[in-house]
Parts: sequence; C-alpha cells; structure tokens
Amino acid sequence: MLAYVLKRLGVGALVMLTISALVFTLTNVAADPARTIAGEGATAADVEAVRLSYGFDRPIPVRYVEWLGGIVQGDLGDSYRQRRPVSTVVAERLPVTLTLGFLAFGLALATAIPLGIIAGLRPNSWIDRLALLFALVGQAMPTFWFALLGIVVFSVMLGWLPASGSSSMLHFVLPAVVLAYYATPTLMRLTRAGIIEVMQSDYIRTARAKGLSRSRVVLKHALRNAILPLVSVSAVQMGFMLGGSIVIETIFAMRGVGYLAWEAITYSDLPVVQAVVLVIAAIYVLLTLAADILNAWLDPRLRAR
Amino acid sequence: MTKKLPSSTAGGLLPIAAPDVIPPSSNPLARWLGHRSFVIGATGFGLIVFLALAAPLVTWHDPYAQDLMNRRVPPIWYGWFFDHAGATWNHPLGTDQLGRDYWARLVYGGRISIFIGVAATLMSGLIGTTLGIVAGYFGGRIDMLISFVITTRLTMPVILVALATVALLDSSLMVVTLVLGLLLWDRFAVVMRSVTMQVRTQDYITAARAIGCSTPRILLGEIIPNVAPAFIVIATIEMATAILYEAALSFLGLGVQPPLPSWGLMLAQAKDDIFFSPWMITLPGMALFLLLLSINLLGDGVRDLTAPGSR
Amino acid sequence: MTLRTLSASTGEPVLEIENLQVDLPTRSGLLHAVRGIDLQVALGETVCIVGESGCGKSMTSLAIMGLLPDGARRRADRLAFSGRDLRGLSETEMSVLRGDRMAMIFQEPMTALNPVFTIGDQLMESLLRHRPIGRRAAREKAVDILERVGISGAGGRLGQYPHQLSGGLRQRIVIAMALICEPQLVIADEPTTALDVTIQAQILHLLKALQADIGMGMLFITHDLGLVSRIADRVVVMYAGEVVETGTVEDIFDRPAHPYTRGLLQCLPASGQGGPGARLGSIPGIVPSLIGSIEGCGFRGRCPAATQPCAQGSIAFASVGAGHDSRCLFAPDEIQLDWAAR
Repeated sequence: MLAYVLKRLGVGALVMLTISALVFTLTNVAADPARTIAGEGATAADVEAVRLSYGFDRPIPVRYVEWLGGIVQGDLGDSYRQRRPVSTVVAERLPVTLTLGFLAFGLALATAIPLGIIAGLRPNSWIDRLALLFALVGQAMPTFWFALLGIVVFSVMLGWLPASGSSSMLHFVLPAVVLAYYATPTLMRLTRAGIIEVMQSDYIRTARAKGLSRSRVVLKHALRNAILPLVSVSAVQMGFMLGGSIVIETIFAMRGVGYLAWEAITYSDLPVVQAVVLVIAAIYVLLTLAADILNAWLDPRLRAR
Repeated sequence: MTKKLPSSTAGGLLPIAAPDVIPPSSNPLARWLGHRSFVIGATGFGLIVFLALAAPLVTWHDPYAQDLMNRRVPPIWYGWFFDHAGATWNHPLGTDQLGRDYWARLVYGGRISIFIGVAATLMSGLIGTTLGIVAGYFGGRIDMLISFVITTRLTMPVILVALATVALLDSSLMVVTLVLGLLLWDRFAVVMRSVTMQVRTQDYITAARAIGCSTPRILLGEIIPNVAPAFIVIATIEMATAILYEAALSFLGLGVQPPLPSWGLMLAQAKDDIFFSPWMITLPGMALFLLLLSINLLGDGVRDLTAPGSR
Repeated sequence: MTLRTLSASTGEPVLEIENLQVDLPTRSGLLHAVRGIDLQVALGETVCIVGESGCGKSMTSLAIMGLLPDGARRRADRLAFSGRDLRGLSETEMSVLRGDRMAMIFQEPMTALNPVFTIGDQLMESLLRHRPIGRRAAREKAVDILERVGISGAGGRLGQYPHQLSGGLRQRIVIAMALICEPQLVIADEPTTALDVTIQAQILHLLKALQADIGMGMLFITHDLGLVSRIADRVVVMYAGEVVETGTVEDIFDRPAHPYTRGLLQCLPASGQGGPGARLGSIPGIVPSLIGSIEGCGFRGRCPAATQPCAQGSIAFASVGAGHDSRCLFAPDEIQLDWAAR
C-alpha cells in the first residue's frame, strides 16, 4: 500500500511538472508579459526597458527552470497587478473557495446518497422516476443560469439571501446549493445504479437469510458495496466543482480563488493565473489520491495492491 | 445399503437449461421509436437544429438591428397575464436592452451553440478516439504514455484553462471552438481505450490477425464498428459539455464577443435587468436548458438502445 | 460408501408443505415456477429435491425462507414450520425465524459472502441478531463453530476477508454461518456445485456429521443424482414445477417409476442401463414453457412412451409402493423406454 501511494505521488508530481510547463509556455507565448507590466500607454522603449529589467528577453526554457526553482521554494512570483507575492494573494483567497467546495460537496452527497438509495431500492416506482427527473433537470441546468434564477427568487423577490459577497455563512447558502445541484445528478445516478446491482447480489440474499432487518441489510451490507464506485467519481466531481467555482464565485462576487482567477485573466496578471491553475491541479491530484486510499480502506480487495 | 454410484462430475449433471422466457423484440425500428427518452430527445434536438438552420425563415427581424425606441419590450404573454401595454406579436419574446428582437437573437444564438457543439465534438472526438484506440490496441509503453497524457489532461481545470487560453489568444468564436475541441477529448480517450481493450481480446480479432490481416485493417475494419455505439453516446455528452462551456465562457465575458447573440452572452448582458425584466435571463437560459436536456435524453436513449443485452 | 446411514430421523416433522405454488411475473406473462408441490421434512432427516435447472427447486427453497424475488407470489394450502403456520407471518416475524430456527446454505461460495466485511463480522452478525449475547461471547461462539466446520486456526480467520480464502474454505464459512444458531431446518441449495470433487466430498461429510450433531432436518437441493444417492433419506424429483416422483432413496434408485426419473438415472454413465448408441448425459427434447398451464403430462414431449391419454387433463399421483408415488399413467413395468428412438 505504501509503495502504491509513493508511486501515485510520483506520477502526480510528473503530471504537475507537465502542467506547469504547459501553463508557463502558454502564458509566455500567448501574451507579452513586458507589455502587460508596462501598462496601456507605454511606449515601445518603455516596454523594452521592462523586458530587460525583468529578464523577459531570455529564452523561455531558462525562465521556466528559474520559475520552477522558485515554486519548489514556495515562491510563485509577484502579482503584476497587486505587486505582492502570488502565494500570499492565493492563500488569502483559498479559504473561501475551499469552504464553498466542501459545503457544496457535502450537500451534494447528503442529497445524492439517500435519494439514490431510495430510488435504487424501488426501481421504476414513482419516487424513482421523480429522482431521475431531478437528476435529468440537474444535468441540463447551466450553473450560471441556475445561480441567476436563485438570485432572482431568493435575493431579489424574497430578500432572504444575499446576492453577492462572501463575508458571512449566509452568503454561502445560495452558491453552495447551486454548485451542489451541479454535482448531485452524477452521484445520485451512480448510487442508484450501485444499489440496484448490489441488491441482486448473492451476499444480500445471504444477509437476508440470516434474518437481519431490512435497514441493516441495506445500510450495512448494500451501501458499503454500492458506494465504492462513488468514491473515485467523487474526487473527479470535486475537481469539477473547484473548476466550476470560477463561474459561481464571479456571479456571486465571492472573494475566492475562482474570482481571483477571473480578475487575473481579465487583467493579464499572468503569475496569478499560472498559480491558480497549479493550485487547483495540485488539489485535484491530492483528492484523487485520497479517494484511492479511501477506496482501499473501504474495499479490502484493493489493499493487496 | 451401499449403492455404487459414480461421483457427480462425469455424467450426473443435467444439461438442459430453463426455457428462455423473454422473447427478443423483433422490430428494431419499433424498439427505437418505443424508447421514450430517445424519442423526446431526438424530437427536441431536431426541432432546435431545424430552427437554427432555418433562422432566416422563422424570424422577421435582424438579430443585430437595434431599435432604441423599443427597448426591453416584454414577451407577448406579459400582455395576456399582466396587461402590459408594450407586449406585441411583432416581438413575441420581447426585445433586449438595445431593442433587438429576442426571438431572432435566440434563434440565431442557437446556430452558435450548435456550431460549437458539433465542431468541438468532432475535433475532440477525433483526438480522443485516436488516442484511446491506439492506447487500447497496442498497450504496453504506448498505453502508459497515452494514459499519462490523459491523466494530465484530467488534472487540468478545464474551465480555467479554457478561459485563460481564450482570453490570452483572442476571444472569438473560432478560438473558443478550437480550445474546447482541444480540451474535451478526455472522455473519448478513456472510454475508447477500455472498449478497444475489450474488443481486442474477442475471438474475431484474434481470427482476423491469424488470417494475416494488417494492423490498420483490423483497426478500421473490426475495432471501429465495435466502438461506434460508445462513440455516439460520448459524443452527445461532450456536445452538451462544449455547448455549456461556450455559454459559460461567453457569460464570463471571455468567450464569444458582442454583438454575436450567444446565449451565454445574452445572459450576461441581461444580468443588470434581473429585477425589472426577468424574462431577459429566463429565456436564453431556458433555451440552453432545453437544448442540453434534449441532447442528454438523446444520449441516454442511444446508450440504452445500444447496450449489450438490450436486444 | 454412503453417508446416509449416519443420520437417524426422529420422525417429528419440522417442515410441512401442501400444494405450494410460486408465480413470477415476466414480460411474456405470469410464470408458474412451482405448480403445487407437497413436501415434508422431519428432524434429523435429509430430503433431496432433484431436478434440472428451471424446474422450480430453487424457487421452492426461497419460498420456504420467504426470500422470493420482488413481485413473486407464493400460495400454499399448508406451509408449516415446527407446527407454526408461515403463511401469515410478516417480514419482521419471518426475519426472527430466518438465520435462527431455519437457515439456508447457498450455492456460490465465491459470491455468497460480502466482500467488504470480515469473516468474523459476518459470522457474529446472526448471533448478535438472534441471541442476547455480547460481542465477546459471540466471538467465542464464532471460533467454536469454525472449529466444528473443520477450519484450523479459527481465531485468526475471524479477521480475514472472503477474498483471502479458497472456495472450499469459503463454503465452510457459509455453512458455519447457517449453523451458528443451531437451526432445526437447513435448506442447502446446491451447496457443492461450485466446488471440485474432493472438496465436495469433504463438505458432504461435514454436513452429515453436523446434522447428526445438531439433529436438524435438511432439505438438500441439487441437480446431481450421484450426490443424492450418497446423502438422501428421501428423494423428491421435480420436473417443470411439479413433483413427478417421490420415495425413499432405495425406491428412486432401485425401483424408479417415472419415465423422467428413469431417464435421469440412465444418464449416469455407470448405471449400466445405457446400451450402445444411447446418448450419454442428456434426455432429448425441451422443457415445456412454464407460462400458462400445462395440459396433460409435462414430460410427454420428451417421453418415449407417451401416448394419447398423456396429453389430457392433469396426471394424478399413483402409488407404486409404500411411500413411493409417481405421477404417471402407467405402472413402471407397463412401459418400455427406448430413448434412442426419440
């Protein structure tokens, strides 16, 4: 198991290295950092002066290695716009995004798993059809539109929830619900399919033949097996949600990493853009690793790996 | 008593199985037309594609023509239910903040969504399928390398990378299409890889190899027809994803640029009118929702109907 | 040698069934899987139900346990366990009996155990459900039962998972799970089918030894006649949802009456009845559809001696000896069965 984790971490590091190279090349080829720093009204001479003083005249591979060396030491460079270390800027914004992500994900699981169980225990019943409809609508619902509708109803018409900002937990309610509904359909359908399949298995019949109560058969014997596939998909879904937070945070003007990324992209603040991409990718790598470890804990058959 | 009977393995097992109680459905066309979500999805998608293609025939206003005297005209039903004096059949879905006909903009906006959906999916489908089949068929180091590329792609936050790339290069329809096409191939690659791996071990592939068929021949002749149903199902998923991402990018102001009537852009422009003109966000969102719903239903239907054992 | 002689029936009935019927809804109509069977099992006795797959033998066992699939319907004139009527019992009342007084051993040891829980957990579960004991006492009982089913190092096994054990070991666990509460009735549904021959013999020995020990009645379901001859006291032959012949093991093997039973016995390679040219291992023909009613004898389509009267009405049981009945219009010596001619 330890060897497996180490191997996974190694692959993860290699993936991160590849992504960092891609991101660095893209941002430095597609845009001219010197022009961005020099500003709108700068003359050609000003831009050249910036280019020389920042060392942008050197070849990209050289600068990449230098940049990478900095990252390894925790130095992600300075924000062009805020003139502060990127690491500080990102660290300030990360709590909002993580709070939003965990709230939304918890809400998604809390909806998807019970609904999936109920639907899976009675396939084709009215409650199953209702659950599938709920999933179908959720899958086709663009998050940003759902967010706007939520604002119209709960902020504008009813005045119950704030429409923008991230200063109190109340501000998180609407964004978390919207983001959760985005992830719920996949998780719900997976739980449902798992329950349907598992309930037909021999070991469920064995458990029933022992005289166990129905709730124990379902919640102990069926659920543990049915949610195994959910674990790795959950990691992927959480990754999607982190990526999707850029849309949600922008709509609700929440001061998280996603909003930061949007601002940075709008202002061509390249070091910040690079950093946010790397941070989200790193979180994703760790999430998938955590999912694998959790899976091995839940399923003894995987521990031998 | 002691009866000498042989152990059971040799001949005591009774070989006759239970009769098949479920007769297979006979008519394939009836089977497809009898599948509810397939029929609803295909009809909805067909209708939207038809409207988009026939845009000049079904609209009577230029989607770009501004009419500052007739801004924010409400849809026709505002006249029926709220006695709104401005509502008129001339603008059945009203006008936007610049007085442009909303129906015309929605219909022409459908063209953008469908173009992005089809073009990006064709591109990503080609990339992903090639990678997946090559990895699944050859295995070994090639598979390891391609799997690494897939993992790398999955680790990148798509919306963020797409936003940054489009913003840095050029916020145009072409760039958005290209970027999405280059990013959304992961699911094709993952699924095609595993389907190819399964198909490769089937007897008829071994047979084809045994009679001396060349690799490209086997790939084109045997594998591709076998992965086709999976391809169609993923294509619907990815088409929906591409359409959704274009709308999201445009909504954030970093995708298709005005005055193009992208639904995402229309939503962004209507944001400030949420309170007094809620239809301005309701209608483009509803259009997007219905298109995505149709595509998803269509995909679910194809998946059910082509699943092994469904016949 | 036979294992039968080890057990001694006390004659007290533990399971009494009259006219049991099971219907399953299918896409093409209602399938009558079990069409009115009578059955009795006494304490200490082994009754074998034998028949081809699809003849309704598994449905019979699930119907007794109250474990029929959703939508299936069960009817009976009498369905009594130790004198107690099972027909009106609720799911909760049934679950009190299941795993405690009546238990079931399933055929697939590879899939009958839950892969994500330890052996100990799954063993102790029924005890904790049915007995007012703590985990420590349950653990001791679990070790004890593992030793009784012949598993060495029982204490260490409790922490293992099913995938770490061989098929034979897993089947011993499945048996231990069924017997841990010392039930009065055990239904064993093809418990050795998935195992190889040596392990099969060990498991049969074990079951008979435990039966002698606990004194339970055993309903043994199999399609394997060779196995029946080794363990059964009485035999019930099922065909197309009906019992076609019933009698002691001597009746069935020495004096088979029904053409179907005779066909089955002939399929056994060393039975000495199949002459040259006789097809080994199968009775030609197909089983009638179980959807709708079957007119006349269900076996007539495969029976070489079938005549016009066989196609009409329902065929009643005829006694061919004391406690030996056959559902055939003809006495055994009236008919010649030429299988090759069909």
